[in-house]
Amino acid sequence: MIQKEKMIIKSVTNIALDTIEMVLENTFISKTAIPGQFLHASIEGHTLRRPISIADIDREKETVTILFKILGKGTEKLATYQAGMSFNVLGPSGNGFQIEDKQGTYLLIGGGIGVPPLYYLGKKLAEKQCQVISILGFQTKTNVFYEEKFRALGETFIVTNDGSYGETGFVTDIIERAGDFDSYFSCGPVPMLKAITKKLPTKPGLISLEERMGCGVGACMACVIPTNDGKSYQKICSDGPVFHAQEVSL
Amino acid sequence: MTNLAVHLPGLELKNPIMPASGCFGFGREYSTFYDLSKLGAVIMKAATGTERLGNPTPRVVETASGMLNAIGLQNPGVKNIIENEVPFLAAYDTSIIANIAGSTTTEYEAVARAFNETELVHAIELNISCPNVKEGGIQFGTDPAMAATVTEIVKNASNLPVYVKLSPNVTNIVEMAKAVEAAGADGLSMINTLTGMQMHLQSRKPLIANKTGGLSGPAIKPVAIRMIYEVRQHVNIPIIGMGGVTNAEDVLEFLLAGASAVAVGTANFSNPYICPEIIDALPATLERYGFDSVEEVIGKGIIPV
Ligand SMILES: Cc1cc2nc3c(=O)[nH]c(=O)nc-3n(C[C@H](O)[C@H](O)[C@H](O)COP(=O)(O)OP(=O)(O)OC[C@H]3O[C@@H](n4cnc5c(N)ncnc54)[C@H](O)[C@@H]3O)c2cc1C
Ligand SMILES: Cc1cc2nc3c(=O)[nH]c(=O)nc-3n(C[C@H](O)[C@H](O)[C@H](O)COP(=O)(O)O)c2cc1C
Ligand code: FES
Repeated sequence: MIQKEKMIIKSVTNIALDTIEMVLENTFISKTAIPGQFLHASIEGHTLRRPISIADIDREKETVTILFKILGKGTEKLATYQAGMSFNVLGPSGNGFQIEDKQGTYLLIGGGIGVPPLYYLGKKLAEKQCQVISILGFQTKTNVFYEEKFRALGETFIVTNDGSYGETGFVTDIIERAGDFDSYFSCGPVPMLKAITKKLPTKPGLISLEERMGCGVGACMACVIPTNDGKSYQKICSDGPVFHAQEVSL
Repeated sequence: MTNLAVHLPGLELKNPIMPASGCFGFGREYSTFYDLSKLGAVIMKAATGTERLGNPTPRVVETASGMLNAIGLQNPGVKNIIENEVPFLAAYDTSIIANIAGSTTTEYEAVARAFNETELVHAIELNISCPNVKEGGIQFGTDPAMAATVTEIVKNASNLPVYVKLSPNVTNIVEMAKAVEAAGADGLSMINTLTGMQMHLQSRKPLIANKTGGLSGPAIKPVAIRMIYEVRQHVNIPIIGMGGVTNAEDVLEFLLAGASAVAVGTANFSNPYICPEIIDALPATLERYGFDSVEEVIGKGIIPV
């Protein structure tokens, strides 16, 4: 269930170029959210809310971590908020990553600011004694974040497009080297998701998508993506943001 | 005790506040936030004769004090709405207003007839002003003769009161209002969105896939107030006002200019509780400005002639 909740900022940390980690205190969301769900954040002076994924949760401390990149006016403003301040969100929003209750080997493939939701997912999988392999792609060295945190969950490959750090190229160049796996989870830019679903046509996979939103609750039809048969639409805010890789037309 | 009730053709409203069409779906999502019986009425998302898939994305973009949208009337079609959505809303103690759209007068007629037969809908909001579809919609809303024709056809197709939703994208709104009043409209609803456009600097392309979209939110409120004031001078049928309402003071402004009830659209996106919050704030706001009831505010703006 989505509620309007007040998030109290506990810390604000610059973790990479134009990339902010914010730890937020809230009981309801920390108790109810699952990996892949997002917060629809109200930012002062803006008509529309901004969707930001849940990157981590600490149920004991009742905190929710978000990671965001400063891209435009809204995220620029959010980045000026300090510890002790608060803002309201609608959340936890959307359908997250459904993880089966069986052990196995799972591949996480993240691109840029699509990496955050995969961290909480990886943590949950690791808690269930699953094998986690991560491939994280960034444009360049200064964009890289959370490398150590992912390494703590399992084998991790970092790829930069310009080769300034880790492997050179795209996440899809590394998939063969990750070995065999049961299914994959991915979040990142659409061209990356397209390349991955094309490369892994027979593997079960869940992908998380982005679209500009109005309401964020499924009422306004702003955030749609065509289904694979081209006959209807799914709403990213409420049917998604996580979909079966073969269910939607990228 | 301040009295919030408003009596309009077909609508006995316990208060003048209702969510605007397209900003509230068919109420389901918002019913998880609060009891919809609190609302004066609910205006449903536009219904067309058959399912419409709408426009490509991006369909929305934020603007200064508002947003542009080009949803393109995505809806499951009138039959599906009557079977699956209307009964859900009918379980609440509120009035249901069906927003209807079409590409041809025949389509408008069929949709109006279908809603009439349900007996669960209290009024029709005739949408002749959607700026985001290639055919129908807006052209009915910018030509007075066509607006009158479609109004007459929809009136004849049903016994429900018809509120014609006017487009602000015209040079002479009064002419449009007079034409539909003469054609038998029971009320007016205004304003729909103003067409607009926004560019993306990196790609040099419009941000909305449809190129242009409809501007809504606080940015358009002064335009809405001006148009309602102008129309109020020349027609006698009641007006449901809308455009950028975000609080109870805004509601009073619309009432003073001549609206009899007020719809809230874009503000639902910023705050899903906006409608009940405005309803709760109305009594104190009315009192602060010296009123005991909503009805006594309607058209009471002191405007030099
Ligand atoms: C489900 C979901 C989860 C997301 N998770 C994260 C995350 O964890 N970290 C992160 O940094 N970013 C995330 N994003 C992207 C983030 O929402 C945008 O970067 C942000 O809205 C940009 O806002 P702005 O005001 O800075 O940019 P502006 O360009 O000024 O924004 C203008 C409007 O466009 C919308 N918009 C712009 N880019 C996007 C986009 N990529 N997706 C959706 N709406 C957009 C904004 O919300 C706003 O309404 C996510 C998006 C979605 C849909
Ligand atoms: C996302 C969105 C969808 C809309 N869909 C409809 C619609 O289906 N039919 C209609 O008559 N008006 C539609 N409108 C217009 C609103 O009902 C309203 O007239 C307008 O947005 C001005 O009010 P506001 O500033 O409070 O949003 C839509 C507006 C928005 C923002
Ligand atoms: S943003 Fe309104 S339906 Fe998804």
